[in-house]
Amino acid sequence: MKKLPVYAMLFLCSLLFIAPLFWAVTTALKSQTELYLFPPKWIPSVWKFGNFAEAWTSQPFNLFLKNTLAVTALSTLGQLVSCALVAYGFARFTFKGRDFLFLVVLATMMIPWEVTMIPQYMEFNYLGWINTLKPLIVPSWFGSAYFIFLLRQFILTIPRELDEAATIDGASKLGIFRKIIVPLMGPSLILVAVFQMMNCWNDYLGPLIFLNDQSQYTLTLGLAQFKGMYGVDMQSIMAVTCLISILPLVVFFLAQRYIVGGIAGTGIKG
Amino acid sequence: MAQTYPRHSGEQTASLKPARKRSGGRAVPYLFLFPWIFGFLVFTLGPLLFSLIISFFDWPIVGQVHFIGFGNYAAMFTDDPLFWKSFGVTIKFAALFVPLNIAVALGLALLLNQNTRGTAFFRTAFYLPSVISGVALAMIWSWVYSGDYGILNYFLSLVGVQGPDWLNDKHWSLAAMVIASLWGQGSMMLIFLAGLKGIPKDIYESASIDGAGKLRQFASITIPMLSPTILFNLITSIIAAFQQLTLALLLTGGGPLKSTYFYAMYMYENAFKYFKMGYSAANAWFMFLIVLVLTLAVFKTSEAWVFYEGEMKRKTPGRRRAS
Repeated sequence: MKKLPVYAMLFLCSLLFIAPLFWAVTTALKSQTELYLFPPKWIPSVWKFGNFAEAWTSQPFNLFLKNTLAVTALSTLGQLVSCALVAYGFARFTFKGRDFLFLVVLATMMIPWEVTMIPQYMEFNYLGWINTLKPLIVPSWFGSAYFIFLLRQFILTIPRELDEAATIDGASKLGIFRKIIVPLMGPSLILVAVFQMMNCWNDYLGPLIFLNDQSQYTLTLGLAQFKGMYGVDMQSIMAVTCLISILPLVVFFLAQRYIVGGIAGTGIKG
Repeated sequence: MAQTYPRHSGEQTASLKPARKRSGGRAVPYLFLFPWIFGFLVFTLGPLLFSLIISFFDWPIVGQVHFIGFGNYAAMFTDDPLFWKSFGVTIKFAALFVPLNIAVALGLALLLNQNTRGTAFFRTAFYLPSVISGVALAMIWSWVYSGDYGILNYFLSLVGVQGPDWLNDKHWSLAAMVIASLWGQGSMMLIFLAGLKGIPKDIYESASIDGAGKLRQFASITIPMLSPTILFNLITSIIAAFQQLTLALLLTGGGPLKSTYFYAMYMYENAFKYFKMGYSAANAWFMFLIVLVLTLAVFKTSEAWVFYEGEMKRKTPGRRRAS
């Protein structure tokens, strides 16, 4: 049992991360009278499961869910296709201006969104895309600097000998990308998909700027709307919080073994 | 303009095929880069230049637009105490947040990498907060930080500490922001964990045969092998620190007494509360330059401590490969 201190640390840390969430869940199930007790009541004496349905139907959350799903699915797909291609281009080619362009990629990561926000808004307005989901989807099809950087770092760890062997076998650059790089990148691609999904699902500022009508709203806007509403109570907010966290949670559960497993297997076997 | 539908990035790759065999064709890398180049021009560079242009104007959302040269910038530095205040708050926040964020994420990743039972459970536990939306996160924290019935002060009272009223006490509000931000470090931890898993076991084995202890192995193997990952997380942390906005917007509104009035919030308010678009654009450009300088400085030093392992021949960190 020499692992005991490790277990102790793990338990302590997980408590720090889980306790507030646990409290959010139990708050969602509490009755009004138990909300403001000190010391806090961890387990509600009466479990009010009705809080969930009540909170969900207090606004058209089914519609918000549909919008959010559309944005998340389409933008994640776009991000995967575009970022993998671009990262491969940066990691495996030597060409004029490469390092400068890559510096530009990194630089775009540092551009505060606020800088480009207003002109972007005008651009989308010109295209007639304001108050549609397009501004939240289309840019993802052109890659994001963060993911390009991440995937490039991963591709750099794949031995070039594999590419060279494939080239000798007559594979084209695209063939190498498809048959060697992408399969070995599997875990990192799933990582990108998971990150992008979380970003979309939880994005608040984007929808806030680009969407006006409630018919176009995403889940986060719906949740934030509770804030301004009169007489909304903590358990409704927590109930919706729990409900909209289910899907990302499930995705993470399904994906986590890919994320962690197999990244060590990037072709470097001692 | 961006009338073309983005799916044509697929057509692009299709047209790669007949182009050439082997490594011929100078245009090939640019074709792979095409999606990004196009997106950069349309969604980044164009808007960026436009915002640069309006930063030299008095540009209210409605009404007359005036060219005022460097007027916005001059006003910022000379007669706007809020500019200096918010800049100071952000620097303070970054100085606390960046090192702590790296340390927490790396520490958790190392803990998870110990081959214990229940790793999946612990990993999920550490990542859970990152799954929660920013709006909900703010709600949960406002509840946790509450001076009267918050669980944070309840836990502190268990060990005999009288906790402050976190969000309403100017001495603690920024610390509260840092803690809440650290709570969402899950992605960074995963990236570190992926990096740790990527380090071949046999290096550790041969090191321990050579008599290197755990600490020595950490310093001489783990850190150099992780260095690209550390660089990545360091840079993204710095950027995240400067762009911190949503949490403050929803948790404190910049208060109390402007103690959590981040620079990003200052910018946001100039644009959307006071509708000074030109002034806000000037604020944004200043922030962009500061972050750029910091990042370049980190990159310059990285030559000395980052080791890319494209082909592993020896255990000692070699010079960085050119590509």
